[in-house]
Amino acid sequence: MNYVKKSPWILHYDGTSCNGCDIEVLACLTPLYDVERFGIINTGNPKHADVLVITGSVNEQNIPVVKQLYEQMADPKVVVAIGICAATGGIFADCYNVSGGVDKVIPVDVYVPGCAARPESIIDGVVKALGILDEKRNAMKLK
Amino acid sequence: MILKIILIIIITPLVGGLLAGMDRVISARLQGRHGPSVFQPFYDVLKLTQKESIQVNTMHRFYVYASLAFIILTVVVMLTGGDILLAIFVLTLGSILFVLGGYSSNSPYNTIGSERELLQMMAYEPMVLLTGAGLYYADKSFFIKDIISAKVPAIIYLPGVFLGLIYILTFKLRKSPFDLSMSHHGHQEIVKGMTTEYSGKDLAIIEVTHWYETVIALTLVFLFFATSSLESRIFAVIACLLAYLFEIIVDNGFARVKWQLALKSTWLVTGVLGSINLIVLSFFR
Repeated sequence: MNYVKKSPWILHYDGTSCNGCDIEVLACLTPLYDVERFGIINTGNPKHADVLVITGSVNEQNIPVVKQLYEQMADPKVVVAIGICAATGGIFADCYNVSGGVDKVIPVDVYVPGCAARPESIIDGVVKALGILDEKRNAMKLK
Repeated sequence: MILKIILIIIITPLVGGLLAGMDRVISARLQGRHGPSVFQPFYDVLKLTQKESIQVNTMHRFYVYASLAFIILTVVVMLTGGDILLAIFVLTLGSILFVLGGYSSNSPYNTIGSERELLQMMAYEPMVLLTGAGLYYADKSFFIKDIISAKVPAIIYLPGVFLGLIYILTFKLRKSPFDLSMSHHGHQEIVKGMTTEYSGKDLAIIEVTHWYETVIALTLVFLFFATSSLESRIFAVIACLLAYLFEIIVDNGFARVKWQLALKSTWLVTGVLGSINLIVLSFFR
């Protein structure tokens, strides 16, 4: 049995954004949504995390940061891009320093649409990511 | 005897894990949340064993396993009624090995966590020794099997030492306001303190070590209430649970303090309570 679905630990990174999605991600931890019910913990440490949650687009300055965070995470790991900025660059797409969505830098597994994405859809996105995490763990076992 | 030791090694982390689960549920309820299942710590550890373990260098991992071995030895010594001084010294050795593991990674976050852990040890170790000395004064034996079969519970002679022990229990259980080196809550941590560079199985071992340590800390509370009668031992277990509940409430009620306040207040409180208690006791015994 894969226990990763029972205790996904999240690392949250905010790129170039208006902080709207950022606040909605944190809202998931509040008593109203309380994602710790499902064993989800917001860790501040890539080495402990299973799910990388990114809000906002990537720009020239944070490309190395995003790459490093992703590389430091232990397998199996998934990436969830939250909000339209993380998916395509959104309203910031035309800025001179913005490269676009998170998938320009690291492989993204789940896209959560919205501006800002609602806490319910963020939780849905993370749950969907858990299915992918499960598949990745099975692939690890076969190796 | 061997069967008993094997049972102790297996059952202790199960009890410690359940206590950690209860801690998370009670903390969540105190914050107006529903909280995870009481078995969540076990799910966490099982998940970590299924993850990749990133190794920073060879020694890094060795120290964690060595630390676990000494903590298990402490539990076995304590729960088989052995010498409390031996238990205290082996426990300290286990903690020191864990600090060395923190230093060995050379990561700035681990290093700052290790330095803080050393400070914490400086703060609480005198009181742990005073507890051992106090229990000897009260029952004229360093052996736990003699202490828990005394006629009168040790708390009657050692109320001050007991209060001092409760004060340092906050360090041992890694609770706010004295969780400087690593806490259970990511939001008040410099990355993740001493455990920053550990992942996968190594982190799982650290969790399990902490479960053992929880039981060790509560066993010290148990010694103050237990006598030869069965009722007193049941009461002692209830006292342990109440002490743990008290620590959870303190954890939720306080923010982390600066290290200066942690060190000074601990030496002041435990020094005054512990030594006055022992001085008074020496007049009567």
